[in-house]
Amino acid sequence: MATTSSFNTALYGRRRVKNIVAKSLAYGATAFGLGWLVLILGVLVYNGIGGLSLDVFTENTPPPGSDGGLLNAIVGSIVMTILAIVIGTPIGILAGTYLAEYGRHSKLAMIVRFINDILLSAPSVVVGLFIYEIVVAPMGHFSGYAGSVALAVIVIPVVVRTTEDMLRLVPDTLREAAASIGLPRSMMIMRVAYRAASAGIVTGILLAVARISGETAPLLFTALNNQFFSLNMNAPMPSLPVVIFQFALSPYEEWQRLAWTGALLITVTVLALSIIARSLTARKS
Amino acid sequence: MTAVANTDAAGTTVATPQVMHAALDASKLKEKISIKNLEFFYGDHRALKSINLSLYANKTTAFIGPSGCGKSTLLRILNRMYDLYPGQRATGEVSFDGENLLRPGIDINLLRARIGMVFQKPTPFPMSIYENIAFGIRLYERLPKSEIDDRVEHSLRRAALWDEVKDKLNATGLGLSGGQQQRLCIARTVAVKPEVILFDEPCSALDPISTAKIEELIDELKQDYTIVIVTHNMQQAARVSDFTTFMYLGELIEFGPTATVFTTPRDKRTQAYITGRFG
Amino acid sequence: MTATNVTAGSAGSRAAVLKRFRSSDSTFRLLTLLAALAVLLLLSGTILSLVIGSIPAFRAFGFSFVFTEVWNPVTEQFGALAPVYGTLVTSFIAMIIAVPVGLMIAFFLTELCPKPLRRPIAIAIELLAGIPSIIYGIWGLFVFAPFLQKNIQPFLIDTFDGVPGLQTLFAGPPYGIGILTAGFILAIMVLPFITAISRDVFDAVPPVLKEATYGLGCTTWEVFKFVVLPFTRVGVIGGVMLGLGRALGETMAVTFVIGNAHTVSASILQPGTTISASIANEFTEAVGDLYTSSLIALGLILFFITFCVLAAARYMLLRIQRKAG
Repeated sequence: MATTSSFNTALYGRRRVKNIVAKSLAYGATAFGLGWLVLILGVLVYNGIGGLSLDVFTENTPPPGSDGGLLNAIVGSIVMTILAIVIGTPIGILAGTYLAEYGRHSKLAMIVRFINDILLSAPSVVVGLFIYEIVVAPMGHFSGYAGSVALAVIVIPVVVRTTEDMLRLVPDTLREAAASIGLPRSMMIMRVAYRAASAGIVTGILLAVARISGETAPLLFTALNNQFFSLNMNAPMPSLPVVIFQFALSPYEEWQRLAWTGALLITVTVLALSIIARSLTARKS
Repeated sequence: MTAVANTDAAGTTVATPQVMHAALDASKLKEKISIKNLEFFYGDHRALKSINLSLYANKTTAFIGPSGCGKSTLLRILNRMYDLYPGQRATGEVSFDGENLLRPGIDINLLRARIGMVFQKPTPFPMSIYENIAFGIRLYERLPKSEIDDRVEHSLRRAALWDEVKDKLNATGLGLSGGQQQRLCIARTVAVKPEVILFDEPCSALDPISTAKIEELIDELKQDYTIVIVTHNMQQAARVSDFTTFMYLGELIEFGPTATVFTTPRDKRTQAYITGRFG
Repeated sequence: MTATNVTAGSAGSRAAVLKRFRSSDSTFRLLTLLAALAVLLLLSGTILSLVIGSIPAFRAFGFSFVFTEVWNPVTEQFGALAPVYGTLVTSFIAMIIAVPVGLMIAFFLTELCPKPLRRPIAIAIELLAGIPSIIYGIWGLFVFAPFLQKNIQPFLIDTFDGVPGLQTLFAGPPYGIGILTAGFILAIMVLPFITAISRDVFDAVPPVLKEATYGLGCTTWEVFKFVVLPFTRVGVIGGVMLGLGRALGETMAVTFVIGNAHTVSASILQPGTTISASIANEFTEAVGDLYTSSLIALGLILFFITFCVLAAARYMLLRIQRKAG
């Protein structure tokens, strides 16, 4: 081959150069992506830790210009998250069960699955508008309930997807074994399939919690905000993301510092939940 | 290579030794690839042990043996295909026109242009039939379109595929039948003007008629190229090859002219395999 | 599960048990069906409430609402042009950066990266997707925008000063915040999605096909460009459109750095606004039905755009899954 006169060495050399350039670009792109990760997390930790103190967890959000903490915001977020999970998880699990157990080949299931996947990535600000229209407007005021419902709307598609995926992983032989001893379908699902997929379903819930922990837009026009400590779900409720939004965009230094600390708290929570979720599925496989 | 049909004591059809021997006088043959003390490792596992072998120019050599014997492994060393997978390594010497192709610094892309490979599963590229072949040509040569057209036609003719596809050169290669796809792969390999062509069980995924066509092809290609073929089909080896290598458990058990190996094997393991007692 | 005796005398009780099973079975099945329908209800409810909420705005301004730039709460004149323009342009900038970078990272992870490093680096890139968008927002506002303002933007303005088309594209003054900043931050957010989906489809290319390409003497890049990319074309496009859907709907990261100006400027260094940023910033202070309705109308437009993009993306990815069997 190298002896035939038509072999073009210049062409061959160019090909090799292109290969090297492409490979370098690939390395560069990866360094680029990782670099931003390090930069963002680094700044977050640096600024957030500076404001970290016991006060953050014991004091409520301060008026502008003074020091304080994030207690009411943290509690508000936790309360609304719990309620959102309580509302969204059963619906999500049941819907996922339908898709995996009853609707494997039905047209309806196909449509629901398709729609669910779209809802997964839908803009959360639209969710906020939707809940505003159907909960806040009729009630006449913002409330923690509305906020929880908005978060639940975001939880549902996540749980549906993971539940369906996990249930599908349960081998059919297990189902057949249950059926062969006369176990009715619903009992088979509840006692056998759920148990087998439990790690995965819990993972789904954790991922949903991680997802809504950082969501701000849906809370902006449903739960609004509250500068005081409040457990009254029927009134505007403080939450960490909304407080960060308000404080970060303000000109007050103490507020901005709290915003960074709050951001750090959210990020640590989200990453911890993701790691736990990942290790749950890893251990299972 | 025309084989004179004859039946031996076991009733299997083989070629008569006498007609073969004249053509296979080793002293008149040129060694294209010379393998010395070749060892191959998958991680810590020694898969090939002390292989010594000669592959002669413009002849067809078949690698046969039961599954797992290492015949495909050996074949894939010849074009350094194992390089794609870290953890696999080879030691020893494989001389190709005087150069050891196991040497780390060697230009692998160039090597693979000189030693081509046809795989078990037909692998047309996601391109048109014309492009499948032109792609390879353009890698190494700068030619005007008319010349590329000629080369494409020439390669397709050599692969006995031209008449079937000449009206649909712009159709996707994936639309062809299995046998046609495999012939397309052969045309693609031939277009790059290699010196050696490696066939890794090229017919095992094909029907008998396509198989027969490809065996005919391999017979013709021998005139211009050195062929090495791995096959689990002994009758195919007997039909198609000049030399046969029998391998077992990573070792080269026997090597010689096909007729000799099939009629008077020296090793009893060869005998057992050929008569179908195992594998 | 209650034990059932197989004696003739208890046939009656066995029938009762089976009847109980059947009814609990159908109840359970009904529950799951209702839950599944709830998902459909969510979607239709959203569309319906948005449509109803935006009727006042469309009745007042007609369809030209989409093409009007004016946004004046005082005179109650509203137009969607600036937010729509900002949404489309920031997403476009995000995709121009994120798609090549994301594909190259996927190329790196599937072809070049040493095996033990693959998982850690892949996980690290996915972490970018896990960071809540409000973090991107405040990082962008306090770290990235000032950096751009001091270092990059003056450079861009000076470099392109005098170059005919690009001069208007990069015209000053350097605010730091603006359309380009928002687009860039969106790119970092969308990057991990494109990388993750591309990686999955690249890994699914049959090794025999790649070996055949290497067998012709192709380089790693050539195998990727001429065989892997065309083979995975549909999946890659699906992943890109998924990323686009995310970029279009992203709120918090953009709100902090877009500048919230209801203007359409030719220069991408100028502030602007996006649909989601407008809604997030103005909804709670919107006085008057027309103002609120205009914002909801913006939401409807956004939902419509993202729905189309996401539906197309999901459809493509569905085709891949079906082909893979």
